[in-house]
Amino acid sequence: MTIQQIDSSTIPYQILDVEGNLVGAMPGLSAERMLSLYRFMQLGRAFSNKIIALQRQGRATTFGSLVGQEATAVGLAAPLQPQDWLATSYRELASLFVRGVPVPTVAYSFRGFTAENWPGELRCLPIQVVIGTQMLHAVGLAMAAKIAGDPVVAVGVCGDGATSEGDFNEALNFAGVYQAPVVLVVQNNGWAISVPRHKQSAAPTLAARGAGFGVPSEFVDGNDILAVYDVMQKAVERARSGQGPTLVETLTYRIGAHTTADDPTRYRDPVEVEAWRAKDPIVRFQKFLARRDLLNEERIRQIVEEVEEEVNEAIQVAEAMPPMAPDSFFDYTMANLPPRWQEQRADLLRYVERKG
Amino acid sequence: MQMTMIEALNSALALEMERDQRVILLGQDIGKNGGVFRVTEHLQQKFGEERVFDTPLSESGIIGSSVGMAIYGLRPIAEIQFAGFLFVCMNQLVSQAARIRFRSAGAYTCPLVVRAPYGGGVRTPELHSDSLEGVFLQTPGLKVVIPSNPYDAKGLLASAVADPDPVLFLENIKLYRSFRQETPEEHYSIPLGKAKTVQEGTDVSVFAYGAMVNVALEAVKLAQQEMGTSVEIIDLRTAWPLDEQAIVNSVEKTGRAIVVHEAPRAGGIGAEVTAIINEHCLYSLLKPVERVTGYDTPYPVPGLEDYYLPTPAKVLTALRRAMEP
Repeated sequence: MTIQQIDSSTIPYQILDVEGNLVGAMPGLSAERMLSLYRFMQLGRAFSNKIIALQRQGRATTFGSLVGQEATAVGLAAPLQPQDWLATSYRELASLFVRGVPVPTVAYSFRGFTAENWPGELRCLPIQVVIGTQMLHAVGLAMAAKIAGDPVVAVGVCGDGATSEGDFNEALNFAGVYQAPVVLVVQNNGWAISVPRHKQSAAPTLAARGAGFGVPSEFVDGNDILAVYDVMQKAVERARSGQGPTLVETLTYRIGAHTTADDPTRYRDPVEVEAWRAKDPIVRFQKFLARRDLLNEERIRQIVEEVEEEVNEAIQVAEAMPPMAPDSFFDYTMANLPPRWQEQRADLLRYVERKG
Repeated sequence: MQMTMIEALNSALALEMERDQRVILLGQDIGKNGGVFRVTEHLQQKFGEERVFDTPLSESGIIGSSVGMAIYGLRPIAEIQFAGFLFVCMNQLVSQAARIRFRSAGAYTCPLVVRAPYGGGVRTPELHSDSLEGVFLQTPGLKVVIPSNPYDAKGLLASAVADPDPVLFLENIKLYRSFRQETPEEHYSIPLGKAKTVQEGTDVSVFAYGAMVNVALEAVKLAQQEMGTSVEIIDLRTAWPLDEQAIVNSVEKTGRAIVVHEAPRAGGIGAEVTAIINEHCLYSLLKPVERVTGYDTPYPVPGLEDYYLPTPAKVLTALRRAMEP
């Protein structure tokens, strides 16, 4: 028996090549919309870099870098409509920005609090840290939409490591069995902390996992915003029109550390990182837009300055927000607190008052 | 109407589905088959496959997708075929269903009922008899309800469905068909978190729930005959959160307390009841609190389970000790 080799079907779908040349059919996006997506990519990167800098100063909690994955995060959220749902992990904060979650709201959570004004109406579940669990929530949201007869789609996103979790497989299975209007996205960034992609699965692609569940899948260049957008747009509309779920693997790379608590020099070759840095998703899209005269050096500088300013202002807002009340975690334990919890809360408040 | 607990639960589910279009049922074998214990019998026929549906054999999938459906605005009632299989979906139940209100600072909630049969004495295979309620004392955000009779089962299930947060509803297998009770055909509810005084007494308080209420009743008859003891029996009905006021009121009256449950002893409901007594009415106690429970071992094989379970004789021994001068 031979070991299965990666064949031609495992070449990811591209619209822009690494140099930003158009090599596929353009999705229907206006110039304005493309510039908006570009700006969200820059915003995601600026936010990531800023929070990491703040973490080094002791002003932010543990944070996972988004750098290198901006095309996937922005491209997967952009085709969604306001009534759609999004369930992400911690690596897709730029997706939340595309959906309209205010930057200060997200920044506040990296001060170590939960934003008490999380905009529930935007239908973005809070950042999920338990690997893979959100995929089942996305499927459940989609099942509910189908039961209710609503033209609503749900998108769930996880990383390559999450595909080894039971919940990922159960989510794919439920999605297939119930033909749920869901798109399940795997951001394959090559690494689950220190464990490389090939140690997660012997499957030639993670997209290939869909076949065993009867779920059609797409394998797409995750650093190509137009390709991610195109594939997602089609998958979302397929779901909306009652044609069921899709599994999408976006091939990308985690340029930074897993989180601020991680040191990737312990386990991976810097040569590999540099090779991927050359495939930078922002630079690629930038080249394409410049060739269409939608961007130039001056405009790029302006946008970078704008998003950095936006992030700085957001941090100021987040840092000026009052900390959560010390006893606020009682509020969110359950709707109505029985006497036992009221007593514990009163006890905590007495402690806060007398510091002992 | 005289109903078994199975019939009472079936009636409650049907009424909830009639009252509220958002209520849906999902689980393994609950559709055409009506559930392995027939709790959902005829419900798929009555309400359609869209609202009553079988799932793949996938406990985490059942709870995880229910979390999504509950967030969306449905009121899912999920059946886990046996409580022992809750271990397979602990993550979705504990870190997701019970925490979404907390994780989103109230932006999203999970009004989900998870029904699961539990309890021993019916010679089931491994992990079909285990009592897991003690595990859920340390899973904030989740309530645990355990009825002891058909009437309570129906009323408590209605409240569980109406609750804005997830409720684990544990149904004792032995009680499913062991007796009938007059149960209204119409809708009614019994509040969660409220214990019921089954029998008033002045000498000893016995706290029990599920199948152990009847075990306690038998023991108490024997104690009355033997020693003339006046025993108060409190059916806790909601295992978490406990009705602390009912516990304290009773112990302040009697000065003696015995807790009876099938679940293992360590860190369980009995331990918590004892702690509540210590905190609120220690000086009312005339004797140490007794716990008559399962042992801190795996639930044994069917041939040995009668040794493991609390029996009227074991409870009577505790009552005798409590009443020693």
